[in-house]
Amino acid sequence: MAETAEASEAAGRAEPRGRVVEGLRAYRLIAAMWIRSTMAYRTSFVLTTFGNFAMTALDFVAILLMFSRVDALGGWSLGEVALLYGLSGISFGLADLAIGSMDRLGRRVRDGTLDTLLVRPAPMLAQVAADRFALRRLGRVTQGLLVLGYALVVVDVDWTVAKLLLMPVMLLGGAGIFAAVFVAAGAFQFVAQDASEVANAFTYGGMTMLQYPPTVFALDLVRGVTFVVPLAFVNWLPACFVLDRPYPLDLPGWVAFAPPLVAVACGALAGLAWRAGLRSYRSTGS
Amino acid sequence: MGVGSGRLYAAVAAGGFRRYATYRVATAAGVFTNTVFGLILVYTYLALWDERPQLGGYDQAQAVTFVWLGQALLAALAIGGGGFEDELMERIRTGDIAVDLYRPADLQLWWLAADAGRAVFQLLGRGVVPFAFGSLFFPVALPREVSTWAAFLVAVGLGALVSFALRYLVALSAFWLMDGTGMLHMAWIAGLFCSGMLLPLNVFPGALGEVVRALPWSSLLQAPADVLLGEAAPLGTFVFQAAWAVALLAVGRLVQSAATRRVVVQGG
Amino acid sequence: MGGSGTMAGADTAGPGAAAFIELDGVEKVFDVRKKTGFLKRERRRVRAVDGLSFTVARGEMVGYIGPNGAGKSTTIKMLTGILTPSGGRLRVAGIDPSRERTRLAQRIGVVFGQRTTLWWDLPLIDSYRLMHRMYRIPDVRYRENLERCVELLQLGELLDVPVRQLSLGQRMRGDIAAALLHDPDVLYLDEPTIGLDVVSKAKVRGFLRDLNAERGTTVLLTTHDLQDIEQLCSRVMVIDHGRLVYDGPLAGLHEAGESERTLVVDLERELPPIEAPEPARVMRVEGPRQWLAFPASASAAGLVARIAAEYPLVDLSVREPDIESVIARMYAERTSA
Repeated sequence: MAETAEASEAAGRAEPRGRVVEGLRAYRLIAAMWIRSTMAYRTSFVLTTFGNFAMTALDFVAILLMFSRVDALGGWSLGEVALLYGLSGISFGLADLAIGSMDRLGRRVRDGTLDTLLVRPAPMLAQVAADRFALRRLGRVTQGLLVLGYALVVVDVDWTVAKLLLMPVMLLGGAGIFAAVFVAAGAFQFVAQDASEVANAFTYGGMTMLQYPPTVFALDLVRGVTFVVPLAFVNWLPACFVLDRPYPLDLPGWVAFAPPLVAVACGALAGLAWRAGLRSYRSTGS
Repeated sequence: MGVGSGRLYAAVAAGGFRRYATYRVATAAGVFTNTVFGLILVYTYLALWDERPQLGGYDQAQAVTFVWLGQALLAALAIGGGGFEDELMERIRTGDIAVDLYRPADLQLWWLAADAGRAVFQLLGRGVVPFAFGSLFFPVALPREVSTWAAFLVAVGLGALVSFALRYLVALSAFWLMDGTGMLHMAWIAGLFCSGMLLPLNVFPGALGEVVRALPWSSLLQAPADVLLGEAAPLGTFVFQAAWAVALLAVGRLVQSAATRRVVVQGG
Repeated sequence: MGGSGTMAGADTAGPGAAAFIELDGVEKVFDVRKKTGFLKRERRRVRAVDGLSFTVARGEMVGYIGPNGAGKSTTIKMLTGILTPSGGRLRVAGIDPSRERTRLAQRIGVVFGQRTTLWWDLPLIDSYRLMHRMYRIPDVRYRENLERCVELLQLGELLDVPVRQLSLGQRMRGDIAAALLHDPDVLYLDEPTIGLDVVSKAKVRGFLRDLNAERGTTVLLTTHDLQDIEQLCSRVMVIDHGRLVYDGPLAGLHEAGESERTLVVDLERELPPIEAPEPARVMRVEGPRQWLAFPASASAAGLVARIAAEYPLVDLSVREPDIESVIARMYAERTSA
């Protein structure tokens, strides 16, 4: 009896650090349940995992086919484009693996199942993020790693310590930026439940755009993904540093190292949007 | 089948149309997303054709048109999924399909009618705006003759039929696989890659190009596009599409009767 | 059962412990946008809950009823912390639900009649293991509570069955168990017997009665089934248009709206209305079928015997009064009085 009371006390304590730990714990528990659920249909799991891998692989095959007809795209060679592709794919894949089901939020609002999550003693963001957790999404990460490996073999990089350090930093920063976009898109669905597809424009659309060199796109589009939805920090700017290429929009050299900062800032904004969205749901019930 | 059942399927089709028409916000969201994807693709194609003018026999304007055509037809022809197949699979999974089998209507025709209604709505609701946007802001190659536009619409209709036949087969796989998500994913991939959505099929090199152009998925995007761009003779294209449609629909019927026997044996 | 009979959180005695659930002038206002034309939309403020005040003591078992759209589920959503009230004061176990949602979650159990919280593709036991960890239920308590629920709700053979293969009644029992593993002080049930067969209904009701008697769990249930209330609740609250229109024993509600049962009679052929003894009377005739109304308090036996003796009877059935009709009659009497 005393133990139960204690446990409820602990769960109720509202320290921010406690919330994060609680959230991660709930995330782990729910994600584990989803993994077990998918294993109930093994054939389908194998097929979807393979499908995920094949889908992304064919995506790259399309680029290979393009380069079977041309030597460069926007002045970038196949190896360099492969580098962009790999970085974009891994960053996006990690974010997609972690919280890729945020687009189901609108459906949960519509059918009322969101309420069943609200009566659980766990932070909502963690519960929604872990919803439909799917290991098959590792397919994209794997494929991204393979393409990145290929790129690093083919491209002649003048490696320095800074460049080596930048590689993992940009992958994690990039995943953070994409994750923030996922969360913001989720928050938007509290307001417009049917608009989940808008998120695809920024997530899948953003990832596709980042697979190609910035020199291909119109300047306004490049400005948009640098200053409005700062996806350029995922791979374009750091990759320009690694490849010793001129930066788009004449940006200063240090921006290549900004991805973690940009990720934190985006995360904070997305977090605020999420809180506002949840508050509006709890005040309107729709 | 008399006039009465014709009326029934028309009503089902109208229902399919209306059902999608109610989701205005979702439609607007889809239009936005198609437009953004069109923008991204169109710049990569412009760069590609800058590098190699006349690549695959298209000039730059034709390539740009192909991009926006793809975005316009993506939802209507359910190239990346998103039609009736999720629902049909869910009904098979939950066993509700047994109810459908007792309806005085043909299962395949019923879903075909519903999907046709959806396709027409999505062609209008989701296709027109991105295509108009692309035509306004980028150099496109559009025919002047009404007859070409008419032939294009016929090719789109036949493409929708092939698309339905393919997805119907995929959905029926749920009778044997408890969870058909995996099949669904594989079908989307095949659809996106082999229809020309990722890259026009005429850009594919050598034997690979020959093969993908002979597969049914080329009926979805490549065939209507080539008719509109004046790169393919309409009649030959129609014959190709119709042959695939008839073959796939027939296979669908065979699979359907096998599946129905299965349901009867299991007692629903 | 465990024999301990203790209740988690019993140490939070003090002011307000007697009134376990407290509402004081609680309001909930929604802005509803209604389509009035092709693009025109009208904004309208709807008071879903309009100045609701009541208290429920620890260990009470209360039926919370009212027509659809009366504000029932809005109230429950505010009590469980899902919705934030627009005004007024609300406390459950001394906690403000909307501000301390996760802390409250440890103290309450919720069963949504139509929406299962169990994991569809996994064996039932897996859902319970998740509850065990998510609610940080001490191992001993978890085992005791699970054993008790398994025994009383007859879940023993179902624990290893994937939830998708359970019948509606089995799933409901599974859901109720899931809501009770963490020893909640309050249990909210939303239509717990909807769609269940007679046997399942009886099992669920019996379990709830025992739970309340032995553990002192406070139970608040919404239902359309008058028998749920008759067999479980000593107290009924009726809400309509967001306001409490009745709060008292069920007997009083019957008095307030003298309810009637219906006897549906199928005769061999079409006949003029049956001449039934007072106070029964024919409400409707449709071909060989006739509907007779008689007081809910009276036995049907005499009436049935009389009809069977005098008319060519094929089949008959008795329909219980539903809550809607009781409430409707309650209103009718009130306005005529």
